Amino acid sequence: MPKDNDSGIGASPKRREDVRFLTGAGNYTDDINVHGQAYVHFLRADVAHATINSIDTSAAEAMPGVVKIFTGADFAEVGGIPCGWGVTDRHGNPQQEPRHPIIADGTIRHVGEIVAAVVADTVEQARDAAEAIELDLTDKPVVVDMAAALAEDSAKVHEDLSSNLCYDWVFGNDDDDAVQAAFDAAAHVTTLELVNNRLVANPMEPRVAIGEYSRGTDEYTLHTTSQNPHVIRLLMCAFVLGLPEHKVRVVAPDVGGGFGSKIFHYAEEAFCTHAAKACGRPVKWTSTRSEAFISDAHGRDHVTKIELALDSNNNFTALRTNTMANMGAYLSTFATSVPSYLHGTLMAGNYKTPVVQVNVKTVFTNTVPVDAYRGAGRPEATFQLERVIDKAARELGVDPIALRRQNFITEFPYETPVALTYDTGDYTATMDKLEEIADVAGFAARRAESEKKGKLRGLGVNCYIEACGIAPSNIVGMLGARAGLYDAATVRVNATGTISVFVGAHSHGQGHETSFPQVVADMIGIDESMVDIVHGDTGRVPFGMGTYGSRSIAVCGSAMVRATEKIIAKAKKIAAHLLEASDADIELKDGQFTVAGTDKSVAWGDVTLTAYVPHNYPLEELEPGLEETAFYDPANFTYPSGAYACEVEVDPDTGKVTIERFSAADDFGNIINPMIVDGQVHGGLGQGIGQALLENAAYDEDGQLLSASFMDYAMPRADDVPFYQVDHSCQTPCTHNPLGVKGCGEAGAIGSPPAVVNAVVDALQSAGKNVTHIDMPLSPARVWAAMNG
Amino acid sequence: MAKVSMTVNGKAASGEVEGRTLLSSFLRDTLGLTGTHVGCDTSQCGACVVHVDGKAVKSCTMLAQEADGSDVATIEGQANADGSLNVIQQAFQDHHGLQCGFCTPGMVMSAAALLKDNPKPTEAEIREYLEGNLCRCTGYHNIIKAILAASGQDVSAIAAE
Repeated sequence: MPKDNDSGIGASPKRREDVRFLTGAGNYTDDINVHGQAYVHFLRADVAHATINSIDTSAAEAMPGVVKIFTGADFAEVGGIPCGWGVTDRHGNPQQEPRHPIIADGTIRHVGEIVAAVVADTVEQARDAAEAIELDLTDKPVVVDMAAALAEDSAKVHEDLSSNLCYDWVFGNDDDDAVQAAFDAAAHVTTLELVNNRLVANPMEPRVAIGEYSRGTDEYTLHTTSQNPHVIRLLMCAFVLGLPEHKVRVVAPDVGGGFGSKIFHYAEEAFCTHAAKACGRPVKWTSTRSEAFISDAHGRDHVTKIELALDSNNNFTALRTNTMANMGAYLSTFATSVPSYLHGTLMAGNYKTPVVQVNVKTVFTNTVPVDAYRGAGRPEATFQLERVIDKAARELGVDPIALRRQNFITEFPYETPVALTYDTGDYTATMDKLEEIADVAGFAARRAESEKKGKLRGLGVNCYIEACGIAPSNIVGMLGARAGLYDAATVRVNATGTISVFVGAHSHGQGHETSFPQVVADMIGIDESMVDIVHGDTGRVPFGMGTYGSRSIAVCGSAMVRATEKIIAKAKKIAAHLLEASDADIELKDGQFTVAGTDKSVAWGDVTLTAYVPHNYPLEELEPGLEETAFYDPANFTYPSGAYACEVEVDPDTGKVTIERFSAADDFGNIINPMIVDGQVHGGLGQGIGQALLENAAYDEDGQLLSASFMDYAMPRADDVPFYQVDHSCQTPCTHNPLGVKGCGEAGAIGSPPAVVNAVVDALQSAGKNVTHIDMPLSPARVWAAMNG
Repeated sequence: MAKVSMTVNGKAASGEVEGRTLLSSFLRDTLGLTGTHVGCDTSQCGACVVHVDGKAVKSCTMLAQEADGSDVATIEGQANADGSLNVIQQAFQDHHGLQCGFCTPGMVMSAAALLKDNPKPTEAEIREYLEGNLCRCTGYHNIIKAILAASGQDVSAIAAE
């Protein structure tokens, strides 16, 4: 609960990491230089599909400064990049899973694929030499459009696969006839076809990798821009390079944003690690932004038809959705889980629809691989569901908010028809709060003001639910995950009472260095300045699974609580010995151990010192020292939810959409640091508004990415967004983790796109335009065309 | 290679550069001032903004040789003489105007240039001025709020801390 001081759970102390970032003292991967390092430049494919007949590197090898040039042949003996999730299709067959080479092995399958790698003394020399490499290619037919890719006569992205279909998956009610019967019985059916536009995550820091090898100890170090260094180490060692994990250290220092795109194991990481040994010197790669556009995994890219059935009382009776999801040319690390288990499981949304059927066909195309981007599957589910509900309300002539309220799930726990059990939530409360903060009642007056200016004003509202804190391991394992999804923390108390907490989560903007100590300090009753977080180094932290899926505080934070509980339990035993009392009688408050009902006490620092200087100590019963580790695997996902409202003005002459107001009422359960939570929501809203209005990764029919730089890919800028109204006072705590937290990192990006589109449709319909949908991004051209079409 | 000399954060600095060496590369690689970040290669993102002779410049868009003889200021020289955060830096911390920190040096340098020319900018003026600075984390809300606060304007009415 919020406190009126600056410390502990619920307070908003200033972020301690800010000082280094504000003074230029951060330590991002590209800031690191290793003695004797060479630089690699990757020669990347500039065509989308071709056979490599030959590569002539002889001229390049003679260029100044060149150390070594690598081609696909140099990596023929190592493994491909693995896919971390195996989805079983509707017929019980495994997904089609092509080999994903480090360097193209005879065939180019997307623009940006690595064809050769030049290691040289300087990055300029490497770049110059790459231009002297001669490629002899034979173009192959390019597959870009998903529907065309699934046609029987389509060219194949992978000749060794039976087709371009990765899997055809059905979830929820898999009895087609029963689902059809529900639709046949409906009083009204609303159908909507839509596109969830392809996006590029674009964290402001491009990826970087530095590989080092020590001949003396046979040890490798990889510095990389990662959200999860242990996952990278495991995948790279076990599946790609065949290295013993204990000989490999992966370090992700300050990382400049991730948003999902830095979860995955990338070819460049394995390359730099391998090349460091092959070249006998460290090898560094720094991505340019132009490379990032064609080598970072993209996000979204779904094409969907959704149908909603309602009875004569406007109750939802059935939902059926058919989606094609783009995988790109290869399967990135978690690509196959995103359109399936992170998407289909959310299709019930906040509503008690009894019958839900989800069909997803994932498709290979000659494009950059697609994987998780902030929200990952849940934005795609939310967008189509909240759009079709809005369309239904307009078709039926009922208030979109009332239609939602009528169909809300109101009793918890609630088992959905798509395999989840929501533990807590109060969707009516968040909608009430939203109507209050968005001043929905005042909208009509604001619309009248806009109309006086010649502008069309629209209000769009929607709800969302997400499954966060991704885990538990046994469930995700049954669903095809090839990794555990617990997390880990070690609490190391020093002799003088200060604490280092080594966590498996990774902070790349989330402020863990501030919020995690709030929890530990609060539990013990000491000053937060006595607690530091250590993260991002497999050589220092226990094997954790990293940060994504809004899981850091829900999963790793829970591990940290468990480890701290162990510390407190042991410290109480030491205190009991010092106080000559039973440890059951020892109470810990404000950093003092007290014998209950007496004035006998001993301070935290005296107990910690005793743990390490165990002269007066029960050595027969208790080990010295004060350090505990906990691995935490949650019992369920967490279910943040909320209601969002967007108000837009549309210029009828140009189609330009301006966001006038944006309000978000979220239920994140308990909150550790409200300031950081607000910031997470703000950022998600910025990205969601970007998707709705601006961003689009557009390919032409030759597989060329047309929006491949910040000059062509419209990132949201400061004057594209308003101040946001954010509220998280509705709190239904999670029932199954010790902090009662749900996670907040993705909510804004999940909940905001449908609100924007609903608002624009509302604005256009207010002017009598028969516009029921516009595909994102709602550029002026698209909006104008819809109005005048 | 040619020798360039300039004043950086009040101190004399020099080094050998190629004709194609960018000012951002000179600052980062030759002088070790890695607070200036490079987030793109098309002069869009603004993570590399520094001041050259008092003007905000994208250092990825200026050759090191063009800055020969200039007075350059980077994020490393922005704190007060006693090491404490300056008014703008402090406002960014107070109002949570940064998350991952990568765009932050450019944001702070742009904000400083704005406030020098326009000590009390409106919200709209700040948003327009920052068109050349991309942030992917904050949705800009707290950056705008921090700059308003740094200019001495009351931000208590702006939604959500």
